[in-house]
Amino acid sequence: MIHKFKFENSNIVMDIHSGSIHLLDDVAYTLVEEAETLSKEELMLKYAGQFEKEQIEEAYEELMSLKEQQMLYTPDLYEEFVPAFLEREPVVKALCLHVAHDCNLACQYCFAGEGEYHGERGMMSFEVGKNAIDFIIQNSKHRKNIEIDFFGGEPLMNFEVVKQIVEYARSREAESGKTFRFTMTTNGVLLNDEIIDYLNANMYNVVLSLDGRPEVNDRMRPTCNGKGSYEVILPKFKKLVEKRQGKQYYVRGTFTRHNLDFAEDVKHIHEAGFDEVSVEPVVAPTTMNYALQQEDVSQLCKEYETLAKHMVKLTKQGKGFNFFHFMIDLEGGPCVHKRLAGCGSGTEYLAVTPDGDLYPCHQFVGLPEFKMGDVKQGITNLEKRAEFEKCNVYSKEMCKSCWAKFQCSGGCAANSYNFHGTINSVYEIGCALQKKRIECAVGIKAELLESE
Amino acid sequence: MKHIKTLNTKNLPCSAKKGGCGECQTSCQSACKTSCTVGNQACEK
Repeated sequence: MIHKFKFENSNIVMDIHSGSIHLLDDVAYTLVEEAETLSKEELMLKYAGQFEKEQIEEAYEELMSLKEQQMLYTPDLYEEFVPAFLEREPVVKALCLHVAHDCNLACQYCFAGEGEYHGERGMMSFEVGKNAIDFIIQNSKHRKNIEIDFFGGEPLMNFEVVKQIVEYARSREAESGKTFRFTMTTNGVLLNDEIIDYLNANMYNVVLSLDGRPEVNDRMRPTCNGKGSYEVILPKFKKLVEKRQGKQYYVRGTFTRHNLDFAEDVKHIHEAGFDEVSVEPVVAPTTMNYALQQEDVSQLCKEYETLAKHMVKLTKQGKGFNFFHFMIDLEGGPCVHKRLAGCGSGTEYLAVTPDGDLYPCHQFVGLPEFKMGDVKQGITNLEKRAEFEKCNVYSKEMCKSCWAKFQCSGGCAANSYNFHGTINSVYEIGCALQKKRIECAVGIKAELLESE
Repeated sequence: MKHIKTLNTKNLPCSAKKGGCGECQTSCQSACKTSCTVGNQACEK
């Protein structure tokens, strides 16, 4: 399977099953699809009026040479891996700890309500957090790297417990042979010097929520009494990042139907002094006035392209920055196993509520049919876990034949469930945007290579 | 080659032989939380 597209001055061909990516001149780009089935003579006859005979011959030979090296027209070798992959021993390696089901903002689009996730407001106790750490040490088998994300609601509303959980996990690292990597996702309202220093010393990654331009941010991210949050938060985020000394962080925003020109928000965040940016499409029922609609897709795709071109320009000037959704590792990146399995929700990755209940991921929290067990007893809903284990690229008909399958790995199970009532489907708007982002990510690399 | 330039050296079939250690970052832990972005994660090996 191949996928071809143009980006600025580049003709790009992706060979999906080898992972190879090629830049072609106009002759090879024109021939590349038909060269898989037609002979050289047939191509020369067909394109005699368009290209020189010698050019067609050369381009054809080059395409066939790549085929021989398994870098083009590579057959799908991976579906046969699936049975072995389904036999894997269940391992949990990442937990999203909902340390606070409460929030000090009232973001309009929050999938957690105002932090309470279809349930009651509540704070995680240290006891539950400790049990969660014990649970993951016991269930992560031979995995060394363990990830814990402090999430909410707003996790800083329960900061003392966060500190206790970190201390406890660290105290168990040596004897258990594990390395804990902590992340916090915060809205920033409660940040002060002491908390900033603590997070920078202890968190491997911090995700800082800000949507972009002040009017865009404040419309969707008001405080509980209806005021804007931008002015309160921005200086705190700046201070945190200045003191972070290069450790991982993202300023992460959400765009909605109210700011389809979201590239302006990405630029705004960058110009405010942040080099690590992630701005993502809102996921919401189509009945909400801020929800993205199918008819918005073409405009959003253009917006991604505008952003990509802006980033190429800045990078050439030596002023580039990182946009999470345009990151792509052309030399390495995840192995096929990871690309088949996807995000690991319900298997490798679980969410823990303040009461210690386990869910497949943060987006399923509060939906009773998805409760999988709790941190004391472990996974008790084996049927639900099996459903998530079986979910992979080849279990979804629409993914099998999709050129983007090894980038999104079948997409988000929660999105699929929210739109189609099953984890084994796809969210079509998400697919369209994902494909465009991959094209932009590859396009940026191609343009930068061509300009070298 | 005159007509084609290869952009990368990725070899997925090769990663199938030696991959699967599972030590890499869980994609939703890195930044997204709402969209599955597996392809941009780094390999730990």
